[in-house]
Amino acid sequence: MSELKEKLEAYKKRAEKAVSRFPERQERFATSSEIDVERLYSPEDLSDFDYLEKLAFPGEYPYTRGIQPTMYRGRYWTMRQYAGFGSAEETNERFRYLLEQGQTGLSTAFDLPTQIGYDADDPMSRGEVGKVGVSISSLADMETLFQGIPLDQVSTSMTINAPAAILLAMYIVVAEKQGVSPDKLTGTIQNDILKEYVARGTYIYPPQPSMRLITNIFEYCAEHVPNWNTISISGYHIREAGSTAVQEVAFTLSNAISYVQAAIEAELPVDKFAPRLSFFFNAHNNFFEEIAKFRAARRIWAKIMRHRFQAQDPKSWQLRFHTQTGGSTLTAQQPDNNIVRVTLQALAALLGGTQSLHTNSRDEALALPTEESARIALRTQQIIAYESGVADTVDPLGGSYFLEALTDRMEEKVWEYIEKIDEMGGAVAAIEQGYMQREIQQAAYQTQLNIESGKQIVIGMNKFAVDNETPPELLRVNPELGRIQAERLAKLRSQRNNEEVEKRLQALEKAAEGDANLMPYILDAVRAYATTGEIANTLRAVFGEYRPSLF
Amino acid sequence: MEHKIRVLVAKPGLDGHDRGALVIAQGLRDAGMEVIYTGLRQTPEQIVAAAIQEDVDVIGLSSLSGAHLELFSEVARLLKEQGIDDILVIGGGVIPDEDISALQQNGIAAVFTPGTPMQETVKFIRDHVRKGAV
Repeated sequence: MSELKEKLEAYKKRAEKAVSRFPERQERFATSSEIDVERLYSPEDLSDFDYLEKLAFPGEYPYTRGIQPTMYRGRYWTMRQYAGFGSAEETNERFRYLLEQGQTGLSTAFDLPTQIGYDADDPMSRGEVGKVGVSISSLADMETLFQGIPLDQVSTSMTINAPAAILLAMYIVVAEKQGVSPDKLTGTIQNDILKEYVARGTYIYPPQPSMRLITNIFEYCAEHVPNWNTISISGYHIREAGSTAVQEVAFTLSNAISYVQAAIEAELPVDKFAPRLSFFFNAHNNFFEEIAKFRAARRIWAKIMRHRFQAQDPKSWQLRFHTQTGGSTLTAQQPDNNIVRVTLQALAALLGGTQSLHTNSRDEALALPTEESARIALRTQQIIAYESGVADTVDPLGGSYFLEALTDRMEEKVWEYIEKIDEMGGAVAAIEQGYMQREIQQAAYQTQLNIESGKQIVIGMNKFAVDNETPPELLRVNPELGRIQAERLAKLRSQRNNEEVEKRLQALEKAAEGDANLMPYILDAVRAYATTGEIANTLRAVFGEYRPSLF
Repeated sequence: MEHKIRVLVAKPGLDGHDRGALVIAQGLRDAGMEVIYTGLRQTPEQIVAAAIQEDVDVIGLSSLSGAHLELFSEVARLLKEQGIDDILVIGGGVIPDEDISALQQNGIAAVFTPGTPMQETVKFIRDHVRKGAV
């Protein structure tokens, strides 16, 4: 026996002896994904660990340690706070405020009517206009939203899925009007419909035409908007809906496989679109599990793209991702405690090598954030960046016995799910059968039971609660906005050239019935000030609407 | 005659966050109630029609998008308009304290915000539901 093994055995005996006198806090320690956490990790846990195969160097396949050679030593991650509420004027003001405060990219929250392709004056929009994001019913609103913000100097992320083509078209046209050509634009559209069916709910059309719209965007952007991230394949909402960390990665990568497959079936060469795929993950509470998750995700994706899809361009192998701290971990009780949760989650994302980050505000279990709360959330990132030193070396935890063992274990468990979903016929089939939804729902219910039994502690909620808290100052959205937006729309409809709008919508309808790329038709309709709802409804008439089964 | 408590869990408006609605639906089922879940994107009219058709004792409304004041109140108003006063209407979601009293005035019997144990909701329903339902 080697000296190491001998000493390890001796340690284990000593530890057991200690435990027999002073039991540990729990009989078993485990992560959110039910991966056992051992008392101690040592070189023994990595005995057949091949550094070059498992980790290699930053900027090198399989990218476990990060996708760039220097990571945050070159440039910090993009600090990108998700913002949007009320009218385009109000959100434009918040955008400019955040840019003045040192934010480095924009991230647009749209209200639910916009996200589901309804105009502000549609009966379905009742009560929802401007509530969870900005209301954008036409190009006119989009012009206001980006007024005074030069689109060649800022990168903009847009959380828009089913109508992603419409909002991207509006962004391109606003840029045109600023004299900025589309090849100068940088940013991201979420454009990830599969997770809408699974977890987020802002779907419009059934899967097949939705996949077509997505591949149309891939194709159009590869040609005309080459620096745009055409999709942000999102585990964030899957996790928020209650999944474990392993499920978050597994379902997201399974969805990603479906998008790649669809684009290849539409005869797009993989290396033409794959470098523009991006991802979006959650940073949740279990610190090391989260860091391991990000590293495992990078390694798995690199293998999928290189071996399964035979991509040749290393850029196609790199999993680039945005992270948001976990909204569902925030408590309505003692909301200032959330600042601490967010700090730890943000740190996990950065130790996991994220490309951009949104830190949640302390008051988001109660309402949209106030300006003050949003500023503290941004400052949290700035303090980590400028004061803590964690960004000064690449992948500082690489080589940790625990972290590498956990990264390997997560990878194994993710592959098990991916293989299972492959056997079911891929992500679309798994979603249609309700498989992902059921898995997530079970995990969510288990979490709730664990919290109620006290097995899972939530500080301020089921432990260390206080009575009679003073409610904090909250942001209120103008309840009159629905009416104001409706009046604006009526004015727009009376002032634009309605014959031209009609003509362009008809051209779009005809194109949708065939198999042309729809982006040029949508751009034409947007230029004539056809509204979000009119364009979405034109496509509804051809594609139909998705009606979920209840599982 | 006694019957199991029947609950309609409903998502009014366009909000897609149904984790809470699904968890509470399962929790109420585990507590022995019969639960019907409407799915997403229901108008107040559809919710009231479903409640009548399913002859429920309770409507549980969930919204996390800030549309609660308008949409929850509209469900209660429509029930009243149709002369229905024996269906208990409760709500949950991301709802600021200051809105709760307004909702109660409009006929929402109770509002359960994040962090509420399921047992509290179960107990409230049992204590307030119309006679005959258990």
